[in-house]
Amino acid sequence: MDLNIAGIRLDVTEDGYLTDVSQWNKEIAIEIAKKEGIELTDKHWEVISWIQEQVKNEVALSIRGIKKSGVLNIKEFYALFPGGPLKKATKIAGVPKPKSCI
Amino acid sequence: MKNLLILGAGTSGTMMANHLVKKLPKKEWKITIVDQYKTHYYQPGFLFLPFDIYSSKQVKKKGSKFIPKGVDYINDKIELIVPEENKVQLENGENINYDILIVATGTKIAPEEIEGMSGPEWYKSIFDFYTYEGAKALRNKLREWEGGKLVVHITEMPIKCPVAPLEFAFLADSYFRNKGMRDKVDITFVTPLGGAFTKPKATKALHYLLEEKGIKEVTDFNIERVDYENNKIIDYADTEVEYDLLVTVPTNMGDEVIERSGMGDDLNFVPTHKGTLQTLDHENIFAIGDATNLPASKAGSVAHFEAEILTENILRYIKGEKLKDEFDGHANCFIETGNGKALLIDFNYTHEPVEGTFPFPGVGPLKLLKESRTNHMGKMAFKWVYWNMLIKGVHIPFVSATMSEKGKKFDIKAN
Repeated sequence: MDLNIAGIRLDVTEDGYLTDVSQWNKEIAIEIAKKEGIELTDKHWEVISWIQEQVKNEVALSIRGIKKSGVLNIKEFYALFPGGPLKKATKIAGVPKPKSCI
Repeated sequence: MKNLLILGAGTSGTMMANHLVKKLPKKEWKITIVDQYKTHYYQPGFLFLPFDIYSSKQVKKKGSKFIPKGVDYINDKIELIVPEENKVQLENGENINYDILIVATGTKIAPEEIEGMSGPEWYKSIFDFYTYEGAKALRNKLREWEGGKLVVHITEMPIKCPVAPLEFAFLADSYFRNKGMRDKVDITFVTPLGGAFTKPKATKALHYLLEEKGIKEVTDFNIERVDYENNKIIDYADTEVEYDLLVTVPTNMGDEVIERSGMGDDLNFVPTHKGTLQTLDHENIFAIGDATNLPASKAGSVAHFEAEILTENILRYIKGEKLKDEFDGHANCFIETGNGKALLIDFNYTHEPVEGTFPFPGVGPLKLLKESRTNHMGKMAFKWVYWNMLIKGVHIPFVSATMSEKGKKFDIKAN
């Protein structure tokens, strides 16, 4: 599938995750966030860079990880990305969705 | 004389002892394996124990039966690993020095990580099935349970055998149907992930199973606590799911000895190179199976494939050669879907499970990502394979350590 954001054609998975992390930039993040009904604040950006850092270091993302991130606590995480915070935050950060084996 | 020490005599440790005893020259190397427990469990059988498909006797044997002659087997608890001094302290005060250490201490459940889980209702209305004790207690509960809300729940990832909870839900559907009480049982599958299935091909091919079996799905549920007084689980978004019987997979963590020795991550898993299986912090320490932090499934098949590569790497390390950076995360798992049928999946770090045939391209006889009776027979036959081939380090014919792309229908890249 592909998605058009800010005039750029992006390859995304069926549920809207970028397949190529290198295509990610801040404008794209803002547009994806809008689709999720989220307006990005400074705190959001802080969380997004923390998530990208974890993925770069091959650390699996989890709610437990958020607890120890030093960036925010779990309640704040839910407040910033209501609904499925890990699912939404990873989509906006342009990193793969946390998944199981099937 | 040099010492090779293996910590843990579970699936991985036992396999490594069997592989290495055949490869290391006896005059130069002494192999020792340590485990605190005397029983070796057939862990895939824990899925069947609650439903009276396997008896308790079928899932356990004496561990010493599987440790080959020529390997020193010590039954004691490991107190501490001291990598700086290349030694391991046992609870009895004895020290074992090593030249090469293999960490195979596995993973275990940690229900105490979630408030209210392992409290007064543990093994009364809240159960795990990842331990022998839990699976057996649950069997006794199911035998007399009169129905109500059954919640099958995953606390957080990663877990051992990530499909087991889903298999449990499928088997529960069959079990209650066969007992003529399916109408009295409401089954809900609760997961912290985006769905019971998380990969595109599997979701497409398999989501019908949930609908067909009337299993409800609650997704993105990150549990905060169990309110055992009011029979509900509550997540961080204050979503509540009520249960009469909660079958949960608690947080999975590496052994406490890893934490005591300062060798693990947040969950006590050992940071390990994903291609060579050498630990990241110590070049004479290797890790295998559930004890590692690899982004592969924590499963016996993964350990089996790892063992073939790790054996090769231990030999290379001894000779001072470059290690094989070859492990690709290969996993091969049967998934019970109930009613005497099963699926088979074959995948690795980069390729998601897809449809196709296995192990012979285009022939089978096993079909990937499709329900069949042959797959179920494969799963049942696997118990024999496990006791007689797998842990003894016998190569399983036609199944290579790295994943084969032949006979599979790839059309999109895994992500």
